[in-house]
Amino acid sequence: MPLGRLPAWLLLAPALVLLFGVFLMPIGWFLVSSLRELGTLADIREEMEAVLFSDTIGRVILNTNGIGAVVTLLVLLIGYPVSYALSRARGFAFTLILLCIVLPYFTSTIVRTYAWMVLLGRNGLINQVLLGLGLIGAPLDLLYNRTGVVIGMTYVLLPYMVLTLYAAMKAVDPRLLQAAEGMGASPGQVFRRVFMPLTLHGVVAGVLITFILAIGFFITPALMGGPADIMIAMLIEREVELTQNWPTAAMMTIVLLAVTLILYAVYSRYAEPGQGELQR
Amino acid sequence: MSAGSVALEAVTKRYGSEAVVAGVSLAIPEGEFFTLLGPSGSGKTTTLSMLAGFVVPDEGRVVMGGRDMTRVPPRGRGLGMVFQNYAIFPHLNVAENVAFPLTVRGAPKPEVTARVAEALAMVKLTGFEARYARQLSGGQQQRVALARAIVAHPKVVLMDEPLGALDKNLRYHMQVEIKEIQRRLGMTVIYVTHDQEEALTMSDRIAIMDRGRIAQLGPPREVYEKPDDSFVAAFLGEANLLRARRDGEVVRGPGGAVLATSAGTPPGGEALLFVRPEKVSVAAGLAEVLPNHLPGRVLHASFLGNIVRYAVEAGDGATVLCDAANGAGAVLHQPGDAVTLSWRAEDSRLLAG
Repeated sequence: MPLGRLPAWLLLAPALVLLFGVFLMPIGWFLVSSLRELGTLADIREEMEAVLFSDTIGRVILNTNGIGAVVTLLVLLIGYPVSYALSRARGFAFTLILLCIVLPYFTSTIVRTYAWMVLLGRNGLINQVLLGLGLIGAPLDLLYNRTGVVIGMTYVLLPYMVLTLYAAMKAVDPRLLQAAEGMGASPGQVFRRVFMPLTLHGVVAGVLITFILAIGFFITPALMGGPADIMIAMLIEREVELTQNWPTAAMMTIVLLAVTLILYAVYSRYAEPGQGELQR
Repeated sequence: MSAGSVALEAVTKRYGSEAVVAGVSLAIPEGEFFTLLGPSGSGKTTTLSMLAGFVVPDEGRVVMGGRDMTRVPPRGRGLGMVFQNYAIFPHLNVAENVAFPLTVRGAPKPEVTARVAEALAMVKLTGFEARYARQLSGGQQQRVALARAIVAHPKVVLMDEPLGALDKNLRYHMQVEIKEIQRRLGMTVIYVTHDQEEALTMSDRIAIMDRGRIAQLGPPREVYEKPDDSFVAAFLGEANLLRARRDGEVVRGPGGAVLATSAGTPPGGEALLFVRPEKVSVAAGLAEVLPNHLPGRVLHASFLGNIVRYAVEAGDGATVLCDAANGAGAVLHQPGDAVTLSWRAEDSRLLAG
């Protein structure tokens, strides 16, 4: 029997088994067993309210969302023109831009993060150059604070945005742009009134993907951030590894998972690839 | 010079070393329906792109309404355009699509509303304002494209194979409508097509393009009946092109028959005699010895309803196509019948071989 004739569930089975075995089961087991330590459902609810409305968690959630939002915005602002250049480039220029975007993608996050630390440190390359040029009097604090976290995360997340936007931009029929020009539109109008609306679903997809990934970040903020830049994933790790407070970790995991799933639902509603445009 | 006149002056466009358009000149008066006709690769679309401003010629000038527009970008030319694939913006509804040429020029809102309504009424799409392209049939999309091209009341409208994607009935219908709108608005239309029938029906004049040049330019009947060369003869409809050679004072065709023609003296000895199938009459029996009478034998007879198309073997292996009207009391000849073919001298031409 040809593969295409098999029922869909059978074709999905390997992926589903993997997903269940290495993701759903462990996380379910972790959540259930952690929360059971607390006792009855009423106890769990009480503890949950106490943890989720505590100042620490509140601040961390605020941090996480704030960093996620700033990083996503920066990634979009940098990614949109880069994707545009990529969608227009041919031959060698195309390969070069693509390589610059994708090569880091295949490098481990830790390696990339350490590379940034070398550049951004007090005696790092950037401070050395700026001092050498006499542009600054004292080294800038680019590392172990919010600036460092944002720079590092923006860099790591850029490829996701660029590749998502590239797909959307490549799908725009160039004849539509030419038609707009022929009907009297200036280059700015062609962009604002035709190109941008037609790539908006790519922006929505890119923003959601970037934000979803950003709020779960662990390595970059842990290495490049300061004590004020704790994100939720770091807090979960600390509860599990240091304080061994699994129930609290479980609750924070639920929060992160819930936010991610909600955003993913939005994503699959509005940013289905190949849909071509936002449904009204 | 009137605002709707268009001219190309010795325009050439090269891609690499190949001249896609080579020294094309034409002058189109205001209000004319002018068609660029040719096979794919003949340079007609590049010619249109230079008129639109998408392509800047390497040599020559583009003149519109007496002004040199050679280097003016499309938005400075004020043309209406209908594109081959319609190019309807998928993110805008019908009204917004039609309004596009007005809104990019910053027209005031009441004027936009009035003109969009007027243009949609003209293409009979009133009531479709809120639809999107994906909710329209091919014919309706074509109408949206047409409304959008005329909404700003341009003096000149360019159309690039606008009916190419429609089926035959709808095509005919739209041909009539486009023609009607063109006449009513008095606009100059420059129309690109590879469909010769469409070109003959719609145009005031046709330029037949071949390998980057204009092979012939004239009114439909003239280019159809009096082709200048064998390319034009064969491209526009069916044509008999019979081998002929000079023999002293006369020209002889298949089987040594003497041929008389209205015009054209071939430069060398070898030539082609052109005659349209519908100009050839078929009679039963033997040939009289007169010019333009060929004895022959019917090879095939295809019954097409209103006409019968015969393929007749007429000596020296030459096959002549003849279209006989299936008129009152018409007699059908059968394959194998001996027949005589004849035509009037003025219906044939001698072309370079």
